Amino acid sequence: MDVRIKSEDRTLTICLCGDMDHHGARGLMEQLDRLLERELPSKTILDLGELSFMDSSGIAVILRAKRRMEALGGNLVVVNIPKQAARVLETAGLGRYIKLI
Amino acid sequence: MKASNYIVMEFLSRSVNEGFARSAVAAFAAQLDPTLEEIGDIKTAVSEAVTNAIVHAYPDTLGKVVVRARILEGGILEVTVRDWGRGIADVAKAREPLFTTGGAERSGMGFTIMESFMDTLRVTSKEGQGTKVVMRRRIAQRAGR
Repeated sequence: MDVRIKSEDRTLTICLCGDMDHHGARGLMEQLDRLLERELPSKTILDLGELSFMDSSGIAVILRAKRRMEALGGNLVVVNIPKQAARVLETAGLGRYIKLI
Repeated sequence: MKASNYIVMEFLSRSVNEGFARSAVAAFAAQLDPTLEEIGDIKTAVSEAVTNAIVHAYPDTLGKVVVRARILEGGILEVTVRDWGRGIADVAKAREPLFTTGGAERSGMGFTIMESFMDTLRVTSKEGQGTKVVMRRRIAQRAGR
């Protein structure tokens, strides 16, 4: 899985490309932790537009990023969610906790 | 139920095989001419079942995982994921949403997703002997094919 970032005015945009599954989840979580600690954003946008697949491992990744952002006093939004990933997030009821666009 | 076609895959419980397993089952299911959404559902359910075997069946070791996919009468895809790992002590509890014994990268939603994305889900397990997950999904016949 590839990660591309853009940082502007304390808004960090993180684009995730490829398959988000258990195999890549731990490395991705560590990478996101490091990014947030380095950039200290007030808002993080998780852009899933180039995600080719996501299973329930993605839920854990998103929830962890949300908790990290809350600890920084900021917020997290998830945008450009592909249909397959949206089905997974809806089934988990994640819309109740996180802003999904 | 008699199968008109089947595949069987055996692999080691390495997480790198998760992507291979779900893609192989999706490619096999393509002969039923599913929609993109149906293929997405099947890939997701297979990914969850195979990940469970890799994470929970063999937490400290590597072991054998077997995935079998069959085409049954009436356009039904059946996927069986079998391991010979430590087994599940309480299957009913394991199937509850948000229940997990996995690490930080698990959400406890695996069985809930398998149940939602497939028509039927059967889980049998014996402690110390392994777990078998059997899922079925009927691929709807569409007009014009």
